[in-house]
Amino acid sequence: MGQVLSVLDLRKVYEVKRSVFSVKKDIINAVSGVSLDLDQGKTTGIVGESGSGKSTLARCILLLERPDGGSIYFTGKDLLGLPKDELKALRKKMQIIFQDPYSSLNPRKKVFDAIAEPLLFHGIVGKQEAGNRVIEILKDVGLDESFANKYPHEMSGGQRQRVAIGRALTTGPALVIADEPVSSLDVSIQSQIVNLFLDIKERTDIAMLFVSHDLNVVRFVSDEIVVMYKGRVVEAGTKDEVFLNPLHPYTKMLINAAKGEFFRKDDEAAFDGDRGCAYYPRCEQRKPACRDAVPQLTGSKEHKVACFPEG
Amino acid sequence: MQLLDVTELNTSFFTDGNVLRAVNSVSFSIPKGEIFGLVGESGCGKTMTALSIMRLVQPPGRIVNGQVIFEGKDLLLLSEREMEEVRGNRIGMIFQEPMSALNPVFRVGDQISEAIIIHKKAGKKEAKESAIELLRQVGFDDPGKRYAQYPHQLSGGQRQRILIGIAISCGPSLVIADEPTTALDVATESQIINLLQGLVDSSGMSMIFITHNLNIMRKFGRRIGIMYAGRMLEQNFVDAFFKEPLHPYSKGLLSSIYGLMGDQKRLTAIPGSVPRLAELPGGCTFHPRCPYVMPACREEEPVMKEIGKGQWVRCYLY
Repeated sequence: MGQVLSVLDLRKVYEVKRSVFSVKKDIINAVSGVSLDLDQGKTTGIVGESGSGKSTLARCILLLERPDGGSIYFTGKDLLGLPKDELKALRKKMQIIFQDPYSSLNPRKKVFDAIAEPLLFHGIVGKQEAGNRVIEILKDVGLDESFANKYPHEMSGGQRQRVAIGRALTTGPALVIADEPVSSLDVSIQSQIVNLFLDIKERTDIAMLFVSHDLNVVRFVSDEIVVMYKGRVVEAGTKDEVFLNPLHPYTKMLINAAKGEFFRKDDEAAFDGDRGCAYYPRCEQRKPACRDAVPQLTGSKEHKVACFPEG
Repeated sequence: MQLLDVTELNTSFFTDGNVLRAVNSVSFSIPKGEIFGLVGESGCGKTMTALSIMRLVQPPGRIVNGQVIFEGKDLLLLSEREMEEVRGNRIGMIFQEPMSALNPVFRVGDQISEAIIIHKKAGKKEAKESAIELLRQVGFDDPGKRYAQYPHQLSGGQRQRILIGIAISCGPSLVIADEPTTALDVATESQIINLLQGLVDSSGMSMIFITHNLNIMRKFGRRIGIMYAGRMLEQNFVDAFFKEPLHPYSKGLLSSIYGLMGDQKRLTAIPGSVPRLAELPGGCTFHPRCPYVMPACREEEPVMKEIGKGQWVRCYLY
């Protein structure tokens, strides 16, 4: 199976003014040194809470944000070194699905036009065939033809997200990045959309990055899992390794919360955070050594962790 | 003796000749010292139930009828003035969005003191002392310093602690917490839940905990109520509910979550979508999505039935 995506040591830094009047700026390492590989037909889940850098990572990979360092290879080509016109040609092979289907669909466009637009723009079909192709796509995402004539406001959140998914699939992408695609949906609708992602996975050989804060959802759709905390990967590996044998204290906490085990001791340590492990203040297994150096991601391809060993 | 006894509560919205029944014949009761989980998807009426109990429903919404017996008095019969005594004093409320519920231009300590001065008729100095003690109770190690901080200097979890401090400042016997952890990260969420559990245990107050996240209730609270389209569909003990939920809707919700945790290849999803209040189906409101639907379900809505002690369900299967 071919490799679709390879990200190496990706970095993204934001500068934030300390206050409205301040000249001094704080530097926020939104993504610091993230690497990951993704093969055809595989799904990698990226988990972390808000501020972990998971969405920034997703946006950097699609060059919606310009990374400040590292490289991105998409189907073997270095995206950051590519001339504009070649990049444009590659764009149709990379698609994104956003969290909020209310704002990602144009309220003035009927579903038909929303889906036909990328088909016509990229010259995938002519005007005559577009109609049939749109209906096929709607069927693929579980909607009947009557939806072609609807406006976004006439549909429920789940139906809108189906349209957004359909739209992302129109150009036959090699890579789809789904950024919290079920988070804004009600529980009973979430499971329908998760099943739709599984259908797509079975039917196509699209490589998918599935970004979510919900570990249960990620586990269900992913082959591999990457856990992020404050811009860094703290644990990565195959789904079973990460879930059944979590190594990082942060991953363990997330898994417990996903099982409804909320009770833990509550003792945050004071910490300036410049040198040591970013998780130190909240870590239940912290040691003095964790304050002085950042643990590196080490281990096998099946399972890596960034945590100093016991003892 | 129940602390709160809600019977056949109905709250509707009157718009353009339409009547939307946001809370439809909801009944439940909470004994002293218990946490009751009110669970449902968006728009199911859980927040409106809470606002009705507090008599904070805004027009075009109106409480149509029902009884809300709290500490022996029917809140719906009190004058507005008497109700003001109850709000804040006897019933505290915690909202979802801690940023918008706090005033950004006042120090957080003063916002706690204000509640104590108004409700307890305390002096300024006395109120400040109680506020600092409350800050300690909600988990701040340095309450004196925190007192003088502004909301923007605190994290989301810390702001929520301040709101909890305000809610319990007058020693209420009931606290209504409306999605208090939804805007928070998982780790902060667990701290807040620990804090609430601790406060309930130490003070003996009762709590209505409103959430869309069924998972939270697994280890939290004693009883649970499931709402859908304005109705209460099931009431059960937490243990029994997670072992064997009664209503088909509860089963669907739970298998969505359990499915995610298990090893199946596909999730058992509930088909269709949540109906809008303006276009509710006849009969049982859940029948178009129900895998056990029978002819009777389309004809007439089932009533709430007690099938075991403390176990109620609105379904013809029972």
